[in-house]
Amino acid sequence: MNSLKSQGFAPVVSDLKKDGSTWTVKEKIMLGLSPKEYWAVQLRNPFNWLLWAIYAIGLPILVGRFIFGLGWVTHSSYDYPWGLFLGWGLFVMVPLSASGFMMGTTVELFGRKDFKPIERLGLLNGLLGYTFAVMFLQVDLGQPWRLIYPMFVSLGPAAVLFLVAWHVATYLSCQVAELVPAFSEWMGFPKAKKFIKSIVLGLTVAGIILSTLHQGALGALFTYAPGKVHPLWYSSPFQWLHFFVSAVFAGLSMLIVVSTLTKWFMRWRCDENYLNNLSKLTLGLAKGASLALITYLVIKIIGIAHDNNWAYLLTGWGAWFMFEMVVGVILPLIFYTMAVRNSNASLARFAAFMAVFGLALNRLNTALISFNWQLYQELPHWREVVIVVTVYATYIVVYRAVLARMPILYTWKEKK
Amino acid sequence: MKKLNRRSFLKGGLAGGAAIAAVGTSKQAVAGTHNFGGYPDSMGVLVDLTKCVGCRTCEAACNKEQALPTPDKPFDDPSVFEERREGGLPRRTTEKAYTVVQKYDVPGREHPLFRKVQCNHCNEPACLTSCFVNAYKKTPEGAVIYDKTVCVGCRTCMIACPFYIPAYSYSSAINPVVKKCIMCYDTRLKFGRPPACVEACPQEVMTFGKRKDLLKLAHQRISEKPDKYVDQVYGENEVGGTAWLYMSDVPFDKIGYDNHLGTQPIISYVKEFLAMVPMVLTIWPALFTGFHLLSNRKDALKNDDNKS
Ligand code: SF4
Ligand code: SF4
Ligand code: SF4
Repeated sequence: MNSLKSQGFAPVVSDLKKDGSTWTVKEKIMLGLSPKEYWAVQLRNPFNWLLWAIYAIGLPILVGRFIFGLGWVTHSSYDYPWGLFLGWGLFVMVPLSASGFMMGTTVELFGRKDFKPIERLGLLNGLLGYTFAVMFLQVDLGQPWRLIYPMFVSLGPAAVLFLVAWHVATYLSCQVAELVPAFSEWMGFPKAKKFIKSIVLGLTVAGIILSTLHQGALGALFTYAPGKVHPLWYSSPFQWLHFFVSAVFAGLSMLIVVSTLTKWFMRWRCDENYLNNLSKLTLGLAKGASLALITYLVIKIIGIAHDNNWAYLLTGWGAWFMFEMVVGVILPLIFYTMAVRNSNASLARFAAFMAVFGLALNRLNTALISFNWQLYQELPHWREVVIVVTVYATYIVVYRAVLARMPILYTWKEKK
Repeated sequence: MKKLNRRSFLKGGLAGGAAIAAVGTSKQAVAGTHNFGGYPDSMGVLVDLTKCVGCRTCEAACNKEQALPTPDKPFDDPSVFEERREGGLPRRTTEKAYTVVQKYDVPGREHPLFRKVQCNHCNEPACLTSCFVNAYKKTPEGAVIYDKTVCVGCRTCMIACPFYIPAYSYSSAINPVVKKCIMCYDTRLKFGRPPACVEACPQEVMTFGKRKDLLKLAHQRISEKPDKYVDQVYGENEVGGTAWLYMSDVPFDKIGYDNHLGTQPIISYVKEFLAMVPMVLTIWPALFTGFHLLSNRKDALKNDDNKS
């Protein structure tokens, strides 16, 4: 598409075509190309070939999971009831999607209108991340069709997971609402947008509350298993705080990562306003992320001191823990700080990739790698890996499809 | 009944959170360090490990009572004791066996020591407090039972159980459920009868009775034969106490028992977080709306400056 645009192709950015007639929804979906052109573009893209390969292998296995049960795709371990589906799909996806509530807070609550160009990307990253976290959950649940049981059929309100379920569900609807403006512009329903505008403050405050609680709750889930998680990744009084604070830098860093990817691969869809502001905004996000990182580092150290876990640092687990901290926290912190000081957006982007990696490593370490450290290590079944890759590929496909169409990276031109 | 307080307090807090109408949810304070001691007249089983000969009769009885599938090897085959699962660990409870007997060769002991493993029916069970659909119930008789019609299959209970007890029928695609010992609740305990495994044991390893009486009995036996038994009744205080209690002549940590579980019920480790929930629900809205007003005021002032 980038090359198409350089040849003079103009993507849809308003209700009206150049000649004054309006785009139909079908044309909007086809990005303003004729069907023939559209499919030709799809076929030319080598990334799509990769996706087809993933689906060719992944879809049959995904279907198989629902026919043959979890035992067919996972190691069906009694000692490791949670595997990659939750380790990756829930514990990594959710903090990386914290950008939604943070952009809402920055723009709507703190009135930082200068972050507007990137606000919708932050909201979309949040919405899709949560949606797919629920997808992963659906693959993992023994009886996915009972997903609503904790909401309406049989309530266990004293359980932390109950909190996660309720909060993720309400927060999802919050996020859908926050993205209604983009959708309504694209579809041409101005009323919906107006309505959301009138309640946006309430939505944002709700978003903050729900996010604080469910991001923290994901950490609190592990406090049910003292002794099963290695002490370096476990701290009963601080676990929720560790998860919450790391979600802050993770969400901001992920937003830098996706904005960088759009700049590289979807430049045709970005407008001047977005592209010209991106470096400045990246540095703004970097500043926020570095503050969260330093906070995280300090409370991490407090956590170790509080439980007096210093001795563990000298073991093999300690070396692995130090690797996570240095590569995933300390180095990104240093790079972010340097980037902000020298106004070097490229360095901030590099730091963001590291911080995202560090977050993922932390959650996988807590949920899988250091879990049952006194028993034995468990490697995920290859089918489990294939399914995770397939669902994640779908996440990317949907992400890309929305970005290509709705006014996220560009501003919709309203009728005069 | 501080425990009920905590539960109902949470109910209020969470309903508020769901509606985001979070005012006045912090009226009831979170329960302190008080532990739920179990129902006063709950039943239990005292297992004297020194008497067990590893005949596996209890396994067979449980299999029959609970209508479990026939195992690969017959119940009189001692070769199962040598089976090792991953990590070199002895076999454990599975979806096909609610109880298994393990063998431990203890240096210096004349005969190997056998240990029967099944759900310990905790006083304040981690499986129960972690389940978000309330599938578990601690009955006044002492059993921890499970309702398979509401289980969603999230398997948090398996994460939470400190004894690694619940197993899961992963092989079923349409109705996978948690599988664990239910103390023969439906068929026996409810009617005051001892569990099948207890009754079947030819060595009378297990004593069925009121938990508080069993504790007295255990300590009495220990004080009568202090040279024979180690001075610990496993399950008396572990994770807040369990209905199944154990006596041994070998230190418990040498025969697969975890002596680091502490005396707090698992839920108490989650307390800090649960205490924070109503705080966030009440303080955050005011705090952040305040921030918003402040930042708007800044804008307003700026505009004034520009005008003048
Ligand atoms: S032993 Fe495990 S499964 Fe049994 S009651 Fe206790 S926590 Fe629940
Ligand atoms: S697996 Fe079932 S019983 Fe266990 S916590 Fe989840 S819903 Fe409750
Ligand atoms: S109490 Fe009943 S269910 Fe539990 S192990 Fe014994 S026979 Fe099996």
